[in-house]
Formats: sequence, structure tokens, C-alpha cells
Amino acid sequence: MFPADLLYTKDHEWIRAAGDGTAVVGITHYAQEALGDVVFVDLPEVGATIGQGEEFGTVESVKTVSELNLPAAGEVLAVNETLADHPEAVNEDPYGAGWMVKVRLSGGLDGLLDPTAYAALVSAESH
Amino acid sequence: MSELMKTPLNAAHRALNAKMVDFGGWDMPVQYPAGILAEHEAVRTRAGLFDVSHMGEIRVKGPGALALIEHLTPNAVSQLVIGQIHYTAFLYENGTFVDDLLVYREGEEEFLLVVNAGNCDKDFAWVQTHAPAFDCTVVNESPATGQIALQGPRSLAILQPLTETPLDPIGYYFFTHGQVAGVPCLISRTGYTGEDGFELYCAAADAPKVWDAVMAAGTPQGLLPAGLGCRNTLRLECKMALYGHEIDDTIHALEAGLGWIVKLDKGPFIGRDALLAAKAAPAARKLVGFKTLEKRDIARDHMPVVKDGAPVGFVTSGAPSPTCGINLGLAYVPTDQAVLGGRFQIEIRGRAVDAEIIRTPFYKRQK
Repeated sequence: MFPADLLYTKDHEWIRAAGDGTAVVGITHYAQEALGDVVFVDLPEVGATIGQGEEFGTVESVKTVSELNLPAAGEVLAVNETLADHPEAVNEDPYGAGWMVKVRLSGGLDGLLDPTAYAALVSAESH
Repeated sequence: MSELMKTPLNAAHRALNAKMVDFGGWDMPVQYPAGILAEHEAVRTRAGLFDVSHMGEIRVKGPGALALIEHLTPNAVSQLVIGQIHYTAFLYENGTFVDDLLVYREGEEEFLLVVNAGNCDKDFAWVQTHAPAFDCTVVNESPATGQIALQGPRSLAILQPLTETPLDPIGYYFFTHGQVAGVPCLISRTGYTGEDGFELYCAAADAPKVWDAVMAAGTPQGLLPAGLGCRNTLRLECKMALYGHEIDDTIHALEAGLGWIVKLDKGPFIGRDALLAAKAAPAARKLVGFKTLEKRDIARDHMPVVKDGAPVGFVTSGAPSPTCGINLGLAYVPTDQAVLGGRFQIEIRGRAVDAEIIRTPFYKRQK
């Protein structure tokens, strides 16, 4: 539930750095489970520059809405267009087909949680 | 934090891997692993099973019972025949809501009042306060009572094999007593989903036996256990009021569109004078149903309704509608703007988005 190749935020986003200065971002399994059925994901324009921890979109479930914050500063290179018609991918495959944005990193990956630290955070929140 | 209250079916929900939430102090299932959309669809097309044991039951009995309930509620209790139910409310003197409730006529001098879980203590105190002037006893049976709602078009087919009581003759908003899976139950043809269905009241200790029997009988027919998440989307599609949203102690019965439960000519009752005055002077605001025009715009409870940038009302309930496939809501808007096809705006996280007033209920089942 906490893939080893990802870094995490306290707000339950994940980021996968490719090693070429780009990274892919989504929300965690824990986040999608807490939201329930996702019905809409509002994503930014390609080309937008967004700072670390700043809002890049929102995710709407049947029950509630949640802000999406970018784990690391960057420029949006691509958004996951398939979520427009298949928002359920966020529930079904949060670390894969449910990805949300691809960014070119403009800063570091400071202040993020490794899988062990994130697992501890989730464990604390769910008890 | 104080310990959450548990219904007699708490262990059953956990065994089904329900997602549990704090619902007004109760540890309740918001959804099961199938999810809100699947549970909603099951209720609309097959059947869903809800634990509503958190609801409150207050029994009023004695020669003065009828007069007490006539005094406390706006609907015409004397019109109920034994075995019949109606929807009504407890109102304050100013016509606003203490709570909404169902009244079951058990006998000439015996009634069962079914009230919201979160208001049960307040309601019981309210009835007790007014009871001494009437010759009757008032008992809060909530802790001893389990309640299970079987809802959906296959409800009758699922339930009938579990009881010798003929279910088909029970009319909508009527009830009877009988055994279900060997457990004595009050069998009520009511619900909060807009579908056909039954609400079963039994001793709390027997609730798991009834739950398990209905689950076993219903699962082959496509029944799913259903949580409070889809209970909300189901009732919203049918424009059924929810206390704390469409109705509360700041909104009176006529504004809420519940004039049909207010029988002003039945004689005196608490709130009558205020509602008579309100009827003479049209309400400044009205509850309307709306849809937002863009897929991304999902209105949520308490969001402001704005006109030319100024707040003129508020959203009481809002959600994406699983059945209708659009984003729906209910809102109080100024009466002069409350016309079908009328447009207004809702402020969603700083953006004013367009909404259109549409006909309600949003969903009506084919009979």
C-alpha cells in the first residue's frame, strides 16, 4: 500500500521522480479510500507553474471534495486526460492509471515523507 | 472524546469491512467495500439493506396519547387508522423545527414516534415536558430497539419468504406486526430512498438475526448492504428533508415546502399561530431544487447562493446524483427568484458558478 519508489506528503499525495528532472503526482491508496467513489478530478492547465505545497486541483467524491497540493515545485507538463471520463481510476489504481499530473521539477524534494514515515502517519491517523 | 454509541449490528458492519464514521455520536457505516455508487444503484435497481437502529423510538400510550400528539405535531393524527403511519414534525411556537418524525398508530390510545437519532434526547425531553397535561405514559424505547431498512424494487420478493405475514397487502405508509426469520417485528412499508421497501423494528438483541436472514435471502437477488453515504444521495434525489440541512430550528414548515404536513384547520397545535401568520404573508425564501451546469461544479451543503456577488441564500444539500448523472442540490433562495428554469449562482471555493432551478423530486420511481 506504500510503494517504495514514491515519496509522500502529510496530505496524502505521492510523487514519483523519474530521475530526468520530471515527476508524476497522484493521491495515495489511503486518500482514495477516505474519499470514496471519485466522480471528478479538476486538474491544472499544462504549462502552469505551481509551488511546493500549493493547490494544483481538486478531487470530488460522491461525499466530499478535497484539495490537491503539489508535493514539489514544478511546471505542469501533462495532466491525466483519461480521468475526465474515468475518474474511478483514482480509486482502482491510485499509484498507476489514477495518476494526476506530470511536472518538470523546479526545486528539490525536501520535506517529503519516505514510505516508512508515511506508513507511520497513516497508521496514526487510522487509529 | 466520549465513546461512540454502537447499534446492535456494529459487529456485523465490521465483519463486512464497512467504513465506519462518527455520525452524530454513533459509530455507523458510511459505506461498505462496494462503495456509495454501487450501493446507490443496488437500491434503485435491486435492493439494499440499511442499519438504522440509531433512529429513536418513543412510545406514547394512554387515554390522552392522541390529544398529546395532536398538540405536538401539525399533521392530523386523528385521521390515522390503526396500522397507518404519517410523516410529521415537532414544531416550536415560531413554526420552526424541533425535529421531523413518523407517527405510527398502534391502537386507539397508543402511538410510536420515530425520530432522528441526533435529536432523540431533545425530542424525548420535549414530549415529556408537554405530557403531564395529558393522561398518558411516554417511554423512550430507542436503546431496546433495532431497526433495519430493506429498500429497493426486489424488497418484497426478498422479504416474503422470511415471513408468514402477507406483505403485498401492506400499503405504502402502513404497517403490521409479524415474525421475520422467527423474530417478532413491526413491519412497516416505509423508507427514505424513494423506492418500495420495508422498515423492520425488533428487539435490539434480535436485530443481528434479522439482518443475517435478510442478507442471506437477498444476496442471491443482488442485495447489497448499504451505508449512510448512499442513504443521503438516495433521499436527496427524492427531495426528502434531512434535519440539520433542509429543516432546523431557524426554518419554518412552510418555507421548507412541508405545507402538506400542516393541517391548520385541525385545531390548536404548537406552532399553529406562527404558521397562520406565515401563510398570510408569503415567505421571503423558498426551498428549490437545482442542477449546476458544469460537470466540475458540485455544490455542497452550506455553500452560499449569490446574486450579483451578494449572498441571497444557501445550499442545504448538494451532491453528484448517481441516478440522474448530474450535480444536484437543494437551496433556499428568495421567493421571487424561485421559479422553474430560473438561474442563480453558487459560490464554490471562491468561484461563482451557474445553477438552474429544476423540477423536484429529481427522481421518481416508475410504479
